[in-house]
Amino acid sequence: MAQDIILEARNLVREYRTKEGLFGKEHVNRALKGVSFSLERGKTLAVVGESGCGKSTLARILTLIDPATEGELLIEGKPINIATEKLTKEMRSKVQIVFQNPYGSLNPRQRIGDVLTEPLMINTDMTPAERRDKAMEMLIKVGLGPEHYSRYPHMFSGGQRQRVAIGRALVLNPSLLILDEPVSALDLSVQAQILNLLADLQDEFNLTYLFISHDLSVVRYIADKVMVMYFGEVVEYGPQEAVFGNPQHEYTRTLFKATPQADVAHIKARLAASH
Amino acid sequence: MALLEIENLTVEFDTVNGRFRALDGVSYSVDPGEVLAVVGESGSGKSVAMLAVMGLLANNGHLWADKMEFEGFDLLTMSAKERRKIIGKDISMIFQEPIASLNPCFTVGAQIDETLKEHTELKRGERKARAIELLEAVGMPESAKALKKFPHQMSGGQCQRVMIAMAIACKPKLLIADEPTTALDVTIQKQILDLLLDLQHESGMGLIMITHDMGVVAETADRVIVQYKGKKMEEADVLSLFESPQNPYTKALLSALPENATGDRLPTVSDFHLGDGGAS
Repeated sequence: MAQDIILEARNLVREYRTKEGLFGKEHVNRALKGVSFSLERGKTLAVVGESGCGKSTLARILTLIDPATEGELLIEGKPINIATEKLTKEMRSKVQIVFQNPYGSLNPRQRIGDVLTEPLMINTDMTPAERRDKAMEMLIKVGLGPEHYSRYPHMFSGGQRQRVAIGRALVLNPSLLILDEPVSALDLSVQAQILNLLADLQDEFNLTYLFISHDLSVVRYIADKVMVMYFGEVVEYGPQEAVFGNPQHEYTRTLFKATPQADVAHIKARLAASH
Repeated sequence: MALLEIENLTVEFDTVNGRFRALDGVSYSVDPGEVLAVVGESGSGKSVAMLAVMGLLANNGHLWADKMEFEGFDLLTMSAKERRKIIGKDISMIFQEPIASLNPCFTVGAQIDETLKEHTELKRGERKARAIELLEAVGMPESAKALKKFPHQMSGGQCQRVMIAMAIACKPKLLIADEPTTALDVTIQKQILDLLLDLQHESGMGLIMITHDMGVVAETADRVIVQYKGKKMEEADVLSLFESPQNPYTKALLSALPENATGDRLPTVSDFHLGDGGAS
């Protein structure tokens, strides 16, 4: 089964050092305090936690933007350390990311076609015609049309922009996609469309998702495994059914309790309690 | 008598592409002690109506209504000066972005003090005592010290508490909360919602909750108005809305909730046939 594990993290630690003034004392902020997990191909791992828990620090390490201070990161069984070795183009295209805010993550001066072809230009040897074909194909895959190729980001709605961002991430055929709160900026009905799109794409390309979110109802819907983080530590890690059915850690239970529930039984209980 | 009564409110904005109708003949009424939730997606006009009540529409905005009354006072014909006596005192509002809605140049204490100075006869020392009292009421730790803090020294949840403290400073009869918890973490959201409901219970004020989150509606509202593209789709008490939604759009919204997913796919609004062309 070893070949099925696409991503493995062993005891990842990340420290940020800040100084108070030029000669001031150095502060060490441990954003990640030893995070370990493994992720199987074709599955979805959801990372849940509140602001400041280290979710995005983890995303930056996994997408090979920042190196980890300590610990090991294995992608498809190969150890990777960007602090000591240079990344190959092949490794770069293995992991891609979709960010939370589709309004901030697209360059307003770049046409959609250029957004989609730029990663190919940098990381592959494709000819311009091949790149264009590939980008067109990707546009259709994410539910947009060829007529959108030469438009600018401001001409799109939030949901459509998120489709473009997903297309840009997928154009290099990555095996792992990091989704950093991909639907939290979107309206409910658009959120449903994007979640459906992600599910379809996962089936089609056998993609592996690491889904970062604070919305437990979305996590419950999409995840195979769930990891709950609290101040840089993993407090709960297990299959979705187990975490939601029988949460072990106090913080997980607090989180579940705080999540608003929209079912009729719950409303009845609330109305009964207030009268 | 209803606290706030609006009949047939229409709001339009001048844009480069001509007039845009943001709100199309919508009526609202809130009773004292009632929690009304106005729910809808972006562009549904849910904030615009309340901005019209507050007199905060941008210069390119135009409004008509058959009636817009607060406690029997006509808000349509009222002069700006008269309106200012009510706004901030009897009607107050909390906005979505707590950090952006506080002034970064002044301490929290100065900003609460400004509201009290404008609307009450309290002396300087009394106002300070009242400000500390208010921060305690909204659950701010070390409230006396917090008065001297600037907004950037506090977290989002703390800033929202300060906003609420300012909003309830003059014991308003109507509090309008425009997406008060959207920018906050769930555990903080829970604290803020509980706080708002506690304050509402204690003082018996009317509360209008503008939100896009059906979960927040389910947790707080007595009555719900669902809006879509500037029109009212449905109005019902909270239980009947969730139990037996009448309007196709409401049905679509509720079934798009991930927790209501039955199969592998989530139904989207476009799966439902809507009268005016469906969602974008």
